[in-house]
Amino acid sequence: MSTEPVSKDRILLEMRDVRIDGFSDERWHQIIKGVNLTLRRGEILGLIGESGAGKSTLGKAAMGYTQPGCKLTGGSILFDGIDLVKASDAEKRRLWGTRIAYVAQSAAASFNPAHRLIDQTVEAATRRGIRPDAESRADAVQLFRALQLPKPETIGSRYPHQVSGGQLQRVMTAMAMSPRPDLIIFDEPTTALDVTTQVEVLSAMRNIVEEFNTAAIYITHDLAVVAQMADTIKVLRYGEEVEEAPTRQMLTEPKQAYTRSLWSVRALEKPEVKGDDIILSIDHVDAAYGPFKVLHDVNISIPRGRTVAVVGESGSGKSTTARVITGLLPPLSGSVIFNGEPLPAALKDRSKDQLQRIQMIYQMADTAMNPRQTVFDIIARPLEFYLGLKGKAREDRVVELLKMIELDESFMDRLPSELSGGQKQRICIARALAAEPDIIICDEVTSALDQIVQEGILKLLLRLQKEFNITYLFITHDIATVKAISDEIVVMFQGKVVEQGLKSEILSPPFPDYTQLLLSSVPEMDPDWLTNLLSARPDGP
Amino acid sequence: MNAVLATILKRLGLGLATLFVVSAIIFSSISMLPGDFGQAVLGQSATQETVAAFRKELGLDKPAVVRYFEWAGDVLQGDLGTSFSGRNASGQDRSRQVSDLVMPRLWNTLFLAGVTALIAVPLALFLGLTTALYRNSAYDRAVNAATLTTISTPEFFVAYILILVFASLWPVFPSLANVDASTALGERLYRVALPALTLTLVIVAHMMRMTRAAIINLLASPYIEMARLKGASRSEIILKHALPNAWAPIATVIAFNLAYLVVGVVVVEVVFVYPGIGQLMVDAVTSRDIPVVQACALIFAATYILLNLTADIIGIVTNPRLLHPR
Repeated sequence: MSTEPVSKDRILLEMRDVRIDGFSDERWHQIIKGVNLTLRRGEILGLIGESGAGKSTLGKAAMGYTQPGCKLTGGSILFDGIDLVKASDAEKRRLWGTRIAYVAQSAAASFNPAHRLIDQTVEAATRRGIRPDAESRADAVQLFRALQLPKPETIGSRYPHQVSGGQLQRVMTAMAMSPRPDLIIFDEPTTALDVTTQVEVLSAMRNIVEEFNTAAIYITHDLAVVAQMADTIKVLRYGEEVEEAPTRQMLTEPKQAYTRSLWSVRALEKPEVKGDDIILSIDHVDAAYGPFKVLHDVNISIPRGRTVAVVGESGSGKSTTARVITGLLPPLSGSVIFNGEPLPAALKDRSKDQLQRIQMIYQMADTAMNPRQTVFDIIARPLEFYLGLKGKAREDRVVELLKMIELDESFMDRLPSELSGGQKQRICIARALAAEPDIIICDEVTSALDQIVQEGILKLLLRLQKEFNITYLFITHDIATVKAISDEIVVMFQGKVVEQGLKSEILSPPFPDYTQLLLSSVPEMDPDWLTNLLSARPDGP
Repeated sequence: MNAVLATILKRLGLGLATLFVVSAIIFSSISMLPGDFGQAVLGQSATQETVAAFRKELGLDKPAVVRYFEWAGDVLQGDLGTSFSGRNASGQDRSRQVSDLVMPRLWNTLFLAGVTALIAVPLALFLGLTTALYRNSAYDRAVNAATLTTISTPEFFVAYILILVFASLWPVFPSLANVDASTALGERLYRVALPALTLTLVIVAHMMRMTRAAIINLLASPYIEMARLKGASRSEIILKHALPNAWAPIATVIAFNLAYLVVGVVVVEVVFVYPGIGQLMVDAVTSRDIPVVQACALIFAATYILLNLTADIIGIVTNPRLLHPR
């Protein structure tokens, strides 16, 4: 707001011994346990940790806001000399959206579906009379342009559902920037985006924050992303600070074991093994949802006992391919050949044996399990349905399966709601294993999980493959996951297969254009990665 | 915009088709009513021949299908037929056109419904929005308790209490709401005050609670939190950020209650001796006056269909996803 040049050394935000309680399971738990945080003007602080570490809660607390079900129980929060703990609601409202702005994770859910983008962009500035409404609107167009949005003059007149997720995220950055705040809280702003889109959004956000010398707290679970954005990184775990250091120092010499474990997750890499015994092949498949054709002449072959990873952005046809294989979506033309014989196109025409041999694990373990069934019911069902196991034999087998996924029999009586995210996904794996399948289709099974939990699940899947010679078709948009688990890679783009081959072939040059874009967009643990990438791309992002 | 117009026209067409199906159901269910108009008018002592002749005169001897299409064809041309009553065994015919019987009554009913709606809908919206705004406050609890009480009390009881208070103990309004075509507007409003108040008390609770629930339901959305973090005040959040997304469920419940005001108010009409269409239909059923019953039933069905259609259209035009496709 102030026009005088601001020095980087003036402290903008100071949080001391902040404690926040959250209400769940009928009682209050401490979720932030005395965290200190100092932010100077124009400084960007990266806040990193697994889910449940309290990053988001702490980020919102920096605004003096606690979401419903949480309460501030101690500490002080000083924003530019204003005590946000003691400030009244009205005083805080005067700061929110004007001097402190918030950029949420899911732009699609955080824009009001009933209003045009431009109205929402200028809302805060206009409300507080920062400048005349018409000026704000003209300024918003400038911001849209600076954020490299297509058609900056007219995009504001669109409704949220009419633009893509990556564009919405940039409009939200424009919305935060519109009143020229002193501080922006970015709450996982690129987590929901594809890697290729993420690069564009990251660079746009970084440029604009730099241009206006805005201070920011950047919350994420992705180290490589925060390395591009932040001057300083603070690691949180279980609501406590693990350590804080300047970005370069943190990346090269983390002090704490926990931080080092965050760093090492991405190191997992399975040596590839070539396979010639094709168990399943997709042969010239075209598929459509109603009038919208989504797969064009897709050919994929999957060798027995190997992992084929299908990579691509959202909308590239990865999940549709899985639906065709399982019979959920009969293809328009082409066929799926399994063990040398074509499978019936539709699910209802397949025999029980065919169903048993192809199992599926989904991205959202939450929604893939009946919330009213116990772990025992969930795993025992396929045992009874496919194998006809009953009574003691069935119970023994459930215990055995639980052991395979590294859980003990005490889990049998639990409901899905009583499990952590990683445990839920393990139960889904056990359910797929129970059918004793030849092939398991894994649809983004680790995308919703934290890095460390991801690593555990991937290791489990690899071990099971070794023991039972299971074949995986692994759908993912995450290149690190691909490196970790695959033997072969299929790259998909806009419903077509760009290339298929051994991991080493696909991941080494020369690359087709799209593969090049996809691979180069994966953030690396190097603070200069984004800068170098952008200068290497001739036409910019 | 054209896509929306097309949708509305499609809904309108579906509404007409529904009305057609309903007319067939009305006709066949009335044919299945026990008893016979000829026998009812002529009495138990009438001979078979007299009854048969009388039935022939009214056209009741033809097969049901033929009668249905004759009736439906007439209705399409705006002719609701001739009432059965007014005839008797001696051959006198003082019967009247159904439309002459129904229209003044329908007008009375619509007048009462209109007056009630003008009070009840704004009141319910106001209460719904303010209770959502100050939810869990003493005000919220008081309004909820009060409206729950009125909706849980049988409407005839509410009516009698109001008569006791406002007509008897503190006589400001008349207890009888007998109006006719010659009653002036001011006098009409004065006479329908108590029935309108009764009906308001009966329908406000439902609309108010649904408005409150629809708004509160949205308050957990991420975009509402975003609005808060942009510094919007409570009233701005409710009116500007939640309400525009809540019109569809609110319109549905309002339409439902307005339909009730037209088709379901016979008890109130009886208590206040108000000459509405509900009483007419009940009388016609008692006297087996089939054309009147059919006309009333058709009007009721049309009311439901039209009001629900309006609610659907409001749901469409307040949803930018439908109004502005990608």
